[in-house]
Amino acid sequence: MIINHPILGPRDSQEFTYLGDASLIDRPDWQADNAADQFHDYLYLRDNPAGEHRELWFHEQGDRSWLVVTRNTVTHEILNVELARDVARARGRSK
Amino acid sequence: MRYSGLKVIKEALTGHKGWRPTWRDPEPKKSYDVVIIGGGGHGLATAYYLAKNHNITNVAVIEKGWIGGGNVGRNTTIIRSNYLLDGNEPFYELSLKLWEGLEQDFNYNAMVSQRGILNLVHTDAQRDAARRRGNAMILNGSDAELLDTDGVRAMYPFLNFNNARFPIKGGLLHRRGGTVRHDAVAWGYARGADLRGVDIIQNCEVTGFKIENGKCLGVETTKGFIGANKVASCVAGSSSRVMEKAGMRLPIESHVLQAFVSEGLKPVLDGVITFGAGHFYCSQSDKGGLVFGGDLDMYNSYAQRGNLPVVEDVMEGGMALIPALGRVRMLRSWGGIMDMSMDGSPFIDKTHIDGLYFNGGWCYGGFKATPASGWCYAHLLATDTPHKVATAYRLDRFRKGLMIDEKGQGAQPNLH
Repeated sequence: MIINHPILGPRDSQEFTYLGDASLIDRPDWQADNAADQFHDYLYLRDNPAGEHRELWFHEQGDRSWLVVTRNTVTHEILNVELARDVARARGRSK
Repeated sequence: MRYSGLKVIKEALTGHKGWRPTWRDPEPKKSYDVVIIGGGGHGLATAYYLAKNHNITNVAVIEKGWIGGGNVGRNTTIIRSNYLLDGNEPFYELSLKLWEGLEQDFNYNAMVSQRGILNLVHTDAQRDAARRRGNAMILNGSDAELLDTDGVRAMYPFLNFNNARFPIKGGLLHRRGGTVRHDAVAWGYARGADLRGVDIIQNCEVTGFKIENGKCLGVETTKGFIGANKVASCVAGSSSRVMEKAGMRLPIESHVLQAFVSEGLKPVLDGVITFGAGHFYCSQSDKGGLVFGGDLDMYNSYAQRGNLPVVEDVMEGGMALIPALGRVRMLRSWGGIMDMSMDGSPFIDKTHIDGLYFNGGWCYGGFKATPASGWCYAHLLATDTPHKVATAYRLDRFRKGLMIDEKGQGAQPNLH
């Protein structure tokens, strides 16, 4: 698979390591009343869809940026690549 | 249909006109005591043991495609009982004992071959870990022998013992491990279940569950609604897709694992070898092809095929361990979809929905577990209590901190 890095252009997926579902960006509030439940769901449960999946890839052998890659898990087609930083900031995080 | 030597001779002399289909092809009834979703090894074994051990025969196995067309047909056929942790090893030891008696039990040649599995070690630390694992295996009634370099050399002189980076320092030998003819496992269980009255319904996809007031009443399928007192999901690889229809999110990711077969060779490898310094393991099939595999592709996938970087990685591992492999041509490769769970261990449990049961999360250990998985799932369905060797395989174990993490990797499914 070729990942079209937003800054560096097309790169071989071998340069990257894979973490998993991009929902891992949305860390729960540890001070919430049901924080234990929220962290259980955050850490252990996954949607695991067949089809479009937003996921975190780390450019370990490159510029060490985190990317959010939208990829089809049935065909392996890569549909969109964003910097995870941009995605996180768009969701109101500071970084 | 039952088989015997006499029948084989008779059919040979009469033009093989007397063979009949091995199982029936019935239309679904309106309702059953138990509906099992998934006609793979585990689902068929569950139906077989429900009928045989618990005398529950009003059972249907519903399969989207054809039976045995999923992971029981897409593995590397290895059976073993060499786990470390208490939650796992008694279960896998039961499975291996069931393998040992399976062919007599269901009167079908599954070619169970206990040819031995050798896990190689390359460092002092690995030898310590192997000794510890071997002791845990022996404590649970399994067998283990720690070999030194000469012991390994006597068995497999063609290995690369003097690899500068990963010299072979010995190995943990599990003599009762081995290989099985995988398709015959599905067929043998299917025939055994069918003979006892279980309906095996192929080309019938489950499209939804009928759940009212927290109770599961049956399944919607492409052949209409089928009622059931108990519905048992058994679709490892697609667990998240099926259970989503019941509104459940699971502690599972689906990943693709590739395997490979070489061209046919004369006998060179009479057991199973695993490389301890990279992801590579190898055995030789009875047709002569070397069967080998390695690591996951690492990203979520439902594609049943992988990509080239892992092919290269597996071949490199093979060349590091067995340099003579360089002269062998690879014939074909395939991918299977694994339910990778958050701690690398499976589930056999009730769900929070009354009458709905779940079996899955087998990671890449599903094939060897087939008999015990069916045995324990049938026990759970019949008695509503977990079998004593499967008490740890609960869906709520992450909430309670009771993970069974053989490799200590944490909640990162692709590392298990």
